[in-house]
Amino acid sequence: MPSWPHYTVAARAAHWLMAALMLAAFPLGVYMHDLPLSPLKLQLVSYHKWLGVAVLLLILPRLVVRLAHTPPAPLPAPTWQQKTAVATHLLLYALMIAVPVTGWLMSSAKGFPVVFLGVLPLPDLVGKNKELGELFMAAHEILNYTLLGLVGLHIAAALKHHFIDRDRTLSRMLPVLERVR
Amino acid sequence: MNAPLSFNAALLAIALPLASGALAAGLEQVFNHVQADKTRVDFVFKQMNVPIEGHFGKVRTDLVFDAAAPAKSSVRLELDLASIDAGSSEANSEVLGKPWFNVKDNPTATFVSTAVKPLGGNRFEVVGNLSLKGKTQPLTAPVTVTRQGDTATFDGGFTLKRLEFAIGDGMWADTSVVANDVDVRFHAVARSATAK
Repeated sequence: MPSWPHYTVAARAAHWLMAALMLAAFPLGVYMHDLPLSPLKLQLVSYHKWLGVAVLLLILPRLVVRLAHTPPAPLPAPTWQQKTAVATHLLLYALMIAVPVTGWLMSSAKGFPVVFLGVLPLPDLVGKNKELGELFMAAHEILNYTLLGLVGLHIAAALKHHFIDRDRTLSRMLPVLERVR
Repeated sequence: MNAPLSFNAALLAIALPLASGALAAGLEQVFNHVQADKTRVDFVFKQMNVPIEGHFGKVRTDLVFDAAAPAKSSVRLELDLASIDAGSSEANSEVLGKPWFNVKDNPTATFVSTAVKPLGGNRFEVVGNLSLKGKTQPLTAPVTVTRQGDTATFDGGFTLKRLEFAIGDGMWADTSVVANDVDVRFHAVARSATAK
């Protein structure tokens, strides 16, 4: 392990696993939404829901890891950037919960229960209700595009730190830490 | 002339209630006035192992349940396939098409019983033929009859193998996406002949 401040293995694993899940679930959701009804669509919708449930299952241990270990202190940057980073991270955590939950609510309201991996039935959060289903669908969509914007900002900031500021903001979260320096 | 008249009247006064009582006792055993608004055909199918509930809105039921001689009972069900609710508007329009019910050529499904066998208690086995999408196959379904006064409630169900009737063929024949087994339940209410 390098001597410079870095995130714990658990924090880095949770971060990149979450990134991978969201990177798979988001485009899948956009793509499947416009498909005409077919066996492929039903399969893709199920995979999308499984990914969403996986996000929900991961967020709890991730929050535990985040609260149990103080992350490395932010590297020097203007105050507005530090405040923006704190707000972005808080919103990202909130959306990692709100996005899958609105998807689950939407499924329940539309009368399609969620069966995780095709074996574990999740309880319906609300009864079947067409109007409610459309409301949750709209909420799911809006929150997803908000998430997309925030993830974009998050990535842009990480790259700015890495390539312009040339600090270790990104390095300390990478799956494999550099041993030099 | 007065005496025979009053004798007749007295006879009638005794005979009528007896006769109507006997008639009622005999007829209240036969339930054949179907309460259409209380009759339902529901089903549950699984897609990607997710149970989806549906039902048919229009069901025509003719049934005669003879409590004293159950073997004389019979039932005929006619489903208006276009009245299906398969869980979503997308599915509702899909299942009307050729790979599924092909309602244009086969607008109805019918079940006609050929025998009713008592299974003991209030349980019976209804044997008959189901005609669906141009195919007719024998079908057996257990039915529970609950009687309350002049009303009898019939609850039964069976598992339909959808591919035996080519329901959802072509690309939909993959049972790993839409399961072959469809649980069908029916619920009917009929009143006895003496009831209004």
